[in-house]
Amino acid sequence: MADSTRRLPEGGAFVRSRPLAFTFDGKALTGYEGDTLASALLANGIDVVGSSFKYGRPRGIVGYGAEEPNAIVHVGEGSARTPNLRATTVELEDGMVATSAARGPGAVTGALARTFGRLLPAGFYYKTFMRPQGLWGFWEERLRTAAGLGDVPEGPDPDTYERRHGHADVLVVGAGPAGLAAALAASRAGARVMLADENAIIGGMLRFSPVASGGESAGEWSRRAAAELADNPDVTLLPHATAFGLYDHNFVGILERSAHGNGALGKAPRQRLHQVRARQVVLACGAIERPIVFAGNDLPGVMLASAVSAYAIRHAVAPGERLVLFTSNDSAYETALTWHHIGREVTVVDARPVADGARPGDARAAGIDIRAGHVVQEAHGRRRVQGVEIAPVGGGRPERLDCDLVASSGGWNPLVHLSAQTGVRPVWSEAALAFLPGSPRSGVHHAGAINGHASTLACLREGFRVGSEAARLAGFESAQAAPDLPTTDEQPSAPGEALFVVPHPRPGRDSRQFVDLQLDVTVADIELAAREGYRSVEHAKRYTALGFGTDQGKLGNVNGVAILAGALGQGIEETGTTMFRPPYTPVTFGAVAGRDVGELFDPVRRTPMHEWHEAHGAVWEDVGRWKRPRYYARGAGESMDEAVRRECLAARGGVAMLDASTLGKIDVQGADAARFLDRVYSNGFRRLGVGRCRYGLMLREDGTILDDGVTVRVAENRYLVHTTTGNAEAVLSWLELWRQTEWPELNVHLTSVTDHWATAAVVGPKSRTVLRRVCTDIDLSPDAFRFMDYRAGHVAGVPARVYRISFSGELSFEVNVAAQHGARVWKALMEAGEDFDITPYGTETMHVLRAEMGFIIVGQDTDGSMTPDDMGLAGLVRQGKPWGFLGDRSLSLPEHQRPDRPQLVGLAPLNASTVLPEGAQLVTEPRPKPPAEMHGHVTSSYLSAALGHSFALAMVKGGRERMGETLYSPQADGSVIPAKVVPSVFFKPMADANGGDVADEGEAAAEPLALEPLAATTAPAMLNLCGDGKAEFRQAASRALHLALPEDPCTTARNASIAIHWLAPDEWLIVAQPGEEAEIERRLRTATTAPSAAITDVTGAHILLHLAGPQAREALATATPYDLHPRNFPPGRCIQTTLAKTQALIATPAEDTFEIIVRRSYAHYAEAWLRGA
Amino acid sequence: MLLIRCPYCCEERSEMEFSCAGEGGIRRPEDPSDLSDAEWADYLHFRTNPKGLHREIWCHTAGCRRYFDVVRDTVTYAIHSTAPIGATTQVDEADG
Repeated sequence: MADSTRRLPEGGAFVRSRPLAFTFDGKALTGYEGDTLASALLANGIDVVGSSFKYGRPRGIVGYGAEEPNAIVHVGEGSARTPNLRATTVELEDGMVATSAARGPGAVTGALARTFGRLLPAGFYYKTFMRPQGLWGFWEERLRTAAGLGDVPEGPDPDTYERRHGHADVLVVGAGPAGLAAALAASRAGARVMLADENAIIGGMLRFSPVASGGESAGEWSRRAAAELADNPDVTLLPHATAFGLYDHNFVGILERSAHGNGALGKAPRQRLHQVRARQVVLACGAIERPIVFAGNDLPGVMLASAVSAYAIRHAVAPGERLVLFTSNDSAYETALTWHHIGREVTVVDARPVADGARPGDARAAGIDIRAGHVVQEAHGRRRVQGVEIAPVGGGRPERLDCDLVASSGGWNPLVHLSAQTGVRPVWSEAALAFLPGSPRSGVHHAGAINGHASTLACLREGFRVGSEAARLAGFESAQAAPDLPTTDEQPSAPGEALFVVPHPRPGRDSRQFVDLQLDVTVADIELAAREGYRSVEHAKRYTALGFGTDQGKLGNVNGVAILAGALGQGIEETGTTMFRPPYTPVTFGAVAGRDVGELFDPVRRTPMHEWHEAHGAVWEDVGRWKRPRYYARGAGESMDEAVRRECLAARGGVAMLDASTLGKIDVQGADAARFLDRVYSNGFRRLGVGRCRYGLMLREDGTILDDGVTVRVAENRYLVHTTTGNAEAVLSWLELWRQTEWPELNVHLTSVTDHWATAAVVGPKSRTVLRRVCTDIDLSPDAFRFMDYRAGHVAGVPARVYRISFSGELSFEVNVAAQHGARVWKALMEAGEDFDITPYGTETMHVLRAEMGFIIVGQDTDGSMTPDDMGLAGLVRQGKPWGFLGDRSLSLPEHQRPDRPQLVGLAPLNASTVLPEGAQLVTEPRPKPPAEMHGHVTSSYLSAALGHSFALAMVKGGRERMGETLYSPQADGSVIPAKVVPSVFFKPMADANGGDVADEGEAAAEPLALEPLAATTAPAMLNLCGDGKAEFRQAASRALHLALPEDPCTTARNASIAIHWLAPDEWLIVAQPGEEAEIERRLRTATTAPSAAITDVTGAHILLHLAGPQAREALATATPYDLHPRNFPPGRCIQTTLAKTQALIATPAEDTFEIIVRRSYAHYAEAWLRGA
Repeated sequence: MLLIRCPYCCEERSEMEFSCAGEGGIRRPEDPSDLSDAEWADYLHFRTNPKGLHREIWCHTAGCRRYFDVVRDTVTYAIHSTAPIGATTQVDEADG
């Protein structure tokens, strides 16, 4: 094995005592702890790591870091495989299985490509495959296979990933000399600092600086600096972490790779995506070496000069025996000296006429052969370089040098990527012979080699200066003494020379001069693009594919720009760079998804009766984020149709019960509550009596239906608004928008109580009898409790609101109790109904029952373009209200008056057992000739047990005038379903809810149910308090609570028995001892003059979680973007923010102790999230 | 990801907590019935969409649930100012 000669007997910063076994393309190999996959491959003498994209040429490792174009590998096996990693940035692990991703076009086509390479010029896709157009799909599939850029693992990824929010006063990107110095300076000023570097070692190559005579060496200095930073609790060090994106307002994406690899150690995530918000960002990203392009420069064994020395110094790997070092600057002489020191032969080919700087002097003194004024014009070899052809600059007799390694250095390309991502264009500098970052935007700083500095001392000095400045701008002034600098034996460099490509005297060689090694883009391709008129660098890039690979052209792009500039006869500055966009290096989807996978992918909202449903065969339907029972399967064999039929018949003939807790509920309070509702509903609410309910329609300003629902007048100045389940948050936002922005003068407050109330709808002719068994303090008789009445009392011993409303046409009572009692009351009602075979039913049955009555569902029968009149609800539009109402003006627009507008009708399929598909289009002939005019579409369609036939609701043009007409619905399978247009009300209950009444069976039929005693509540009392925020109100409320309302935003006032959290300038959340909600509400109502305050019991709406300990803050950082560091969030603060995909109030009674209040329906999700964090 | 100062919570918060409610400074006409169909349509549908400073309404959805005025640069995404509803002067004045 070549290992014996490639791995040097001494040196390096890896652990020789810890060998690691790994395989590459099935071959068993050995490396050491501290190796990268690339260094281990080189040590094992693996020259060829892949074959090229277009021509199938053998390719070897070129670079040392993110710029590597060739060594693209898959790591891992099966579902855990990660595709397309750069071997240079993969840290070797024991048992690692790696395979080459770059397999090129395959053996046969590869051979053809080598022969006919000239037939695949720039733009060959466009020229060859686009016409005839239909064939592109055929070619695309073959090209993608041939491209060999790896395949996606098929199973779910077994590894775990995490996203974490981070916060820093100063974020430093890059832990080389400038970055280390900047982090030191900023941390010494007292700033919270984060230092990220993509390498494993903080300090980078500085660690390996040679020992200087006298004083502290740079290596010693860097170890000391890293230790000082590691000891500072306000500094976060992130090795193995690539800052890949610099976004708006200094939001930075950093991908941290676990040091321990593929989740092997317990639940440690394999990768962590840090979403960091920094006040100031210091970009000390450094620079990567720029190669020089010459013929045959893609042969394995042609590398970057800096990569050759890095492998030698850090890994004691010499990737060859005899080196030809081709340079146009002084920095590469370090590589020559390194190579010389390990005792191997090197010839330096320096393109400059003379090489008389200090470093070349050292090399010459060491006896190294230097050929100044010469260039490498071609490398020879088949699967590895075997020699080079050098020639004097400007022509002359070529000479052949034997070698097995060629290293080139054409200068350095500053890593301007992050800077340029902010829209700051890099600027070409003739002095530095590089694109330097443009003037940074506010809050961003550049330090070190990114600015074109070559000297370590210059980078260190600049790092200190910029770090202090960044800290100062973040608010940390320091009286820092002069920076402590190491001693180095640095010597000034002589200027480099601009050399991007070596012209070849013989024609045809330009197709072997590779600019983009990953995508096989050659000098010939770029010159062709220029000849064909692609003058913009962006167009030339797209035409040639230069820089389009997974390496994004980090190695060759600047050479490409220079070659294009030359071909166009213009300057490099004028040519410019292409746009830089995130990410700097590829980011796995796993890291982006983080823990938002599986059961945490989207929060599931649960009603208080969820467990009961689950235990009783509920088959779920997702409604928004809610899980609602769709139907309850009785036994394993019952189908949905059978269950729905059974549930419908129970509701129509006996008694059935629906969990309606998910409906949106908004408590509206204030002296102007009636006025407010009159403005937002098309119908009137001012004259609605206290204790009465009314169905209402909300319109958008364009006159279309936004939402519908029943509103209850609970008291003179208090209403409860119901919204549809899916629209609850949108409706509340809509109402708040009007309340806050247009009508601040109205005295009205809105509080969401969706989660507070658990609702059981008891439906059917027997519902009164059943309810009577568990409700003894409300007179349920038909005369005392009429349709659309609301009564308060107790159900199953729990305070309840009962509404006699109906969404089925049947006699129906909706029982509402605070959510913490929901399960108890549901179970009591089930027990009370047992003798009547009470049947729980789901949303499917609910839909059938309401559709039989012609009741619409907003969002199913309406689509955002329908007016009340379209839906046959013109009776709910009340013109002439004092202010009018939202949407009023639009109803008279000509568009809304057209007679052929779609109108809600019923459809009766001629075949009574055929159910029309929802969404089906309707036409007037069975087989119309295209283009056929569409006359409408089906919105709801079911089989009705009560009717004994199928039926549907549909929106049909001018439909109300078309009763009796037969319409046709052609189906995808070629069949046609004919149906007759009929009125939209299909069913009339025997004793309907709003007309006559179901005969009252009397109290005798309802024996009171013996109930379990009510257990003492453990739910902390919670009340939402709104007021005008004026002194009088505040004093009154404070007196009633025996504690002053907190005035400062985002703070909590607290004593032994209650906490008052600030929610908004006029809103507070009171948290008190369990069971005290009624007493506190009473005290507040007595103390405050009712119309100016809104007091809402929300005990059922929230749950309170406690999180304490040193890890609590880290767990929360995975969920919330808010900075919970004690400097920013000291005890006494409280904030409302996002918590993963829900929202929460977070308070901190003491350091590292958090109270988290989340909505009850999200409690399961929030707890699952935090448990896993 | 923007960083937006909530004028009620009095600190900068992540854009994740907010939602944008469109162009700001548009008052609902006093009496819509006085308007022609075209004038009403202008109020309903037409927005300025400027390149540069833009007055917007945002809501601190996951926070205090209050709406407020924002002047934002549509080119640089810089937040020029935030203020309670109605407190913001016109965009052109804010720029001066």
